[in-house]
Amino acid sequence: MSEYNFAYLDEQTKRMIRRAILKGLATPGYQVPFASREMPMPYGWGTGGVQVSAAILTPADTLKVIDQGADDTTNAVSIRRFFEKTAAVSVTEATGDASVIQTRHRIPEERLREDQIIVYQVPIPEPLRFLEPSEVETRKMHGLEEYGLMHVKLYEDISQHGAIATAYAYPVKVEGRYVMDPSPIPKFDNPKLEMAAIQLFGAGREQRIYAIPPYTKVVSLDFEDHPFEPTKADHACDLCAAENSYLDELITDDQGSRMFMCSDTDYCASRRRQGHVGVKGTVFEGSAT
Amino acid sequence: MTPLLKVEDLAKFYGKRVGCAGVSFDLYPGEVMGIVGESGSGKSTLLNCLAGHLAPDTGAVWFDTRAEGLRDTITMNEPERRMLGRTDWAFVHQHARDGLRMNVSAGGNVGERLMAVGARHYGDIRMAAADWLGRVEIHEDRIDDRPTAFSGGMQQRLQIARNLVTGPRLVFMDEPTGGLDVSVQARLLDLLRGLVREMNLSAIIVTHDLAVVRLLADRLMVMKDGHVVETGLTDQVLDDPQHPYSQLLVSSVLQV
Repeated sequence: MSEYNFAYLDEQTKRMIRRAILKGLATPGYQVPFASREMPMPYGWGTGGVQVSAAILTPADTLKVIDQGADDTTNAVSIRRFFEKTAAVSVTEATGDASVIQTRHRIPEERLREDQIIVYQVPIPEPLRFLEPSEVETRKMHGLEEYGLMHVKLYEDISQHGAIATAYAYPVKVEGRYVMDPSPIPKFDNPKLEMAAIQLFGAGREQRIYAIPPYTKVVSLDFEDHPFEPTKADHACDLCAAENSYLDELITDDQGSRMFMCSDTDYCASRRRQGHVGVKGTVFEGSAT
Repeated sequence: MTPLLKVEDLAKFYGKRVGCAGVSFDLYPGEVMGIVGESGSGKSTLLNCLAGHLAPDTGAVWFDTRAEGLRDTITMNEPERRMLGRTDWAFVHQHARDGLRMNVSAGGNVGERLMAVGARHYGDIRMAAADWLGRVEIHEDRIDDRPTAFSGGMQQRLQIARNLVTGPRLVFMDEPTGGLDVSVQARLLDLLRGLVREMNLSAIIVTHDLAVVRLLADRLMVMKDGHVVETGLTDQVLDDPQHPYSQLLVSSVLQV
């Protein structure tokens, strides 16, 4: 522990990142460039999120790390251990107990509170990138609020698939100004972006930080005759019988049998502890952690 | 009558070399002007200065805006100029792939300008796109194909549709028929002539092909080494060229 500065990064770097975060909070949805550091993990594993978390963690914080909704996958476990080792903060899997939540691809089902911060790992922060490869041009488009191109992408979706087929990283307009990529969360989670907690987004490889302050207006883009619809598998969780949570599909054998379960493992487990049982679930055994 | 475009003493230098210099002219609504000259004579530099793609070193380009009358587009701020670029102006590139989004369907290409000015109704956008594809003789069932699946002539017509969908008043064209074979050129010219008359467009066409200006342009400007050496009505300049260079240009056309 003593070999590391608190939360791995040096104090100057943390100050630089905090300045970027504050600037991001002051201009919701605007991508603030920052001098991203090399982290002891590969790009694509959450280097941006880790740097943001490192800059905001205090010794009193309780950290939760989510990877695709789960607390127990490689990415989540290794980042949680990283901060246990370098910052000695307490960690938890319970959404309600965490003060800082770093996440990849999901927003927890449980409603977040004003005293919480959620940090998103972002691979490609520029929502216009796939249609406009030039960074000079996209920055100009953001600056001049020229967002027609974003609708060209949605138009292409409808013309090819009959509906807006973008299912994740669904573009949003923040506080009526900046169009923003909400990171690859399913569009089911988009309505939750208007929340009480502070939301910070870190893209390590692309060197961008952006933010949404609490209770900021976040609108998912759409057409008048093809309105935005959050979607999920039309099923209930097979483990906890939840009807309104985002589901993962699991193939269970070679005959194509499958089951659906909550992607948010903490939400599923806490429901099972409360006694909810799904079609293929069993009564929860073991002590509540 | 106020001119639609009023150019005053425009000059652009690349270091010590002259791009174009001392260019002044007026363009009136519904008028088509051709700019001819050999490669390197400053035609494209002039066109790019007029269209706001390049910043000229001296001079003024006044455009008769809908809201505020004559405005100098050189000194107007960038958002306003870009707004003009997708509403009242259109720019047809020589190579269609410079003016099209090659990874977006034909319908999306035509619809982009509509969405850029605020159209948010999918059905309406698609109907307008289908209508415009029809007007440039692209069959409606190609609406969801990408331009990469189109022939060169079709790409060029698609680029024209994409530019004209918002009903611009001034079209800049940089060698619109360059790189197309002669029969395709003839069809494209026929189409352009029809659209220009029908929509009462003003246009500035840069080309080195005298046949193109003979068909399309009302007036002609001959450029050499960055300077305008002769101007006049198209037929007048082509049938009775006065400047030695214009005479050379006209006599250089191959007779079949």
